[in-house]
Amino acid sequence: MSIGTANLSVDELKEMARTIRRDCLVQTHVAKSGHPGGPLSAADYLTSLYFNYVKVDPKNPKDDSRDYFIISNGHCSALNYALLSRRGFFPPGYLMTFRSTGSGLEGHPNRHKTPGVDISAGSLGHGLPIAHGIALGAKLKGSDQRVFVNLGDGELQEGSCWEAIMAAAHYRSDNILAVVDYNDVQIDGRTHEVMNIRPLDGKFKAFGWKVFEGNGHDMNEVIRLLDHAIDSMGKGQPVVVLFHTVMMKGVPSFENDHIWHGKALADDKLLQTALTELGYNETPKEAVASYGDVNVARGEYHKIMGWPPPQVCDRD
Amino acid sequence: MVKTGKDRWTYELTRKAYGETLVELGHENPRIVVLDADLAESTLTKFFRDEFPDRFFEIGIAEQDMVGTAAGLALQGFIPFLSSYAIFITGRAWDQCRQDVDYMKTNVKLSAAHGGISVGKDGPTHQSMEDLACMSACTNMKVLVPADYHETIKAVRWSAEYEGPVYFRLGREKVPMVTEEPSPFEMGKGFVHVDGTDGTIIACGLMLSQAIEAREILEEEDGIKPRVVNMPFLKPIDEEMIIKCAKENGPIVTAEEHQVYGGFGSIIARVVVENHPVPMRIVGIPNMYLGSGDPFDLLAIAGLTGRHIANKMKEVL
Repeated sequence: MSIGTANLSVDELKEMARTIRRDCLVQTHVAKSGHPGGPLSAADYLTSLYFNYVKVDPKNPKDDSRDYFIISNGHCSALNYALLSRRGFFPPGYLMTFRSTGSGLEGHPNRHKTPGVDISAGSLGHGLPIAHGIALGAKLKGSDQRVFVNLGDGELQEGSCWEAIMAAAHYRSDNILAVVDYNDVQIDGRTHEVMNIRPLDGKFKAFGWKVFEGNGHDMNEVIRLLDHAIDSMGKGQPVVVLFHTVMMKGVPSFENDHIWHGKALADDKLLQTALTELGYNETPKEAVASYGDVNVARGEYHKIMGWPPPQVCDRD
Repeated sequence: MVKTGKDRWTYELTRKAYGETLVELGHENPRIVVLDADLAESTLTKFFRDEFPDRFFEIGIAEQDMVGTAAGLALQGFIPFLSSYAIFITGRAWDQCRQDVDYMKTNVKLSAAHGGISVGKDGPTHQSMEDLACMSACTNMKVLVPADYHETIKAVRWSAEYEGPVYFRLGREKVPMVTEEPSPFEMGKGFVHVDGTDGTIIACGLMLSQAIEAREILEEEDGIKPRVVNMPFLKPIDEEMIIKCAKENGPIVTAEEHQVYGGFGSIIARVVVENHPVPMRIVGIPNMYLGSGDPFDLLAIAGLTGRHIANKMKEVL
């Protein structure tokens, strides 16, 4: 394999997004913690972006010519890990170690422990400044690397985001594409009620960005928007796509309820409902078992990372 | 009579050493880049800006963005030096220093101008008495306070060569030239500046000059000859040197231009109590805001003088 994209068809992207939603729900179920809400709202457009636009080489994550892909709202780690694993960076079986002691898949991504993770995100409002530094660095090197960065809409309440939005326009950094998960939900409730960030299109435009906006779940529209947005790169201004989404999209019983922003479907009954609604005819136990022997996956992951064989944590 | 106070020394700016050395490094290494947050005229990164405009990034008054941007440049293989006042880097952008630089272990050099209270007339909003505690609490960060002009040159050159996060603190005022071009400098090492047998004074930054004055006062007035150690590195701290001094000379007095809570003295005290307890005194800024004023008046009010260090040494000997 070498650097490039996975080039999936629309139908393949839709099926991949469904697989990735299942990955996110099962990871958080097994960990009995983590954030399922954001991952399910961003699953469609990020699957499309990551599989069909971002150039990476899963066998050589640090390839000098790769595009950067940053999920700035690091609490969407289950989605980040599902995307990386399905793209081929590590075996999906390892997803079952999510958030457990000694796992490389920490609660919020750690760039030293997960292949394909370029920044350790978690504290909000950090991704865009770092992404802009990477973009400035790419230009200084004369490289045509592009920087893709996902932002939560609630995250845009952080002032540091707007410092970077100003700076990227000031430096005419046209090698950055930001995508915003505009799901209007955050921990304490609806984003427009917690602290209104609207209008985002007007704000980005006023700061000097090229703005696209549309449905983040209709795969055909997602592709159309991303095509246009990427065509707009390299023309003297940074580009953003505001993807209107629904938190917990794909599992109607849970959609748009802010409680699921940071709460796992830990209970078997809840996961059963979600799996059925996603169209999977399986029990939670069967779903978990389908990922295979976690110890085998752990061994493979340690090999990929060049780590010594996994050890059991001795609490004494 | 021991000569003390302003006329005792010749003075030079540490930030001048910084600005000049950056330009030299810029010529030597194309990976050096510099960022500032609207203080290039003051931090003297303007020398680099004027020489290498393409490798200088003016971020405006946005310290959080500056630290994050520097981390991004480091991920691309550059060696970013970023400058602002100590209080703005470590106060305004502590989260970025902790997450983007320390935790992510990016090769960023945090160059903090206007450290301490010798900032003087701008007052407490611009003085920095807490920065060393904040930065020393970080896991991967190397933390140092060069004593003067010559040591700053060495610190900046070392920072460029060392791969990893570094925080170094400079001052606003011209400070006494106490070290010389050939004086030793090594990561994590303290050096005996003046040897002696009666206790040890360990100092960093501009307090090294006051430690030297204290020794001269003690020798002239009481025949006491303490050892004076210059210890620019708070992290890694030179445990070996501290333990050796405690064993050989007994009592220790530390001197820093920083709050006594969690600073240089606290770090040394931990090493002392865990290894070879001896009587200690920590000379630093008491837990108070000192207001505006002449830098040397403020230092005197805070007790950061040779005379005060000498008195403290007499208490413990």
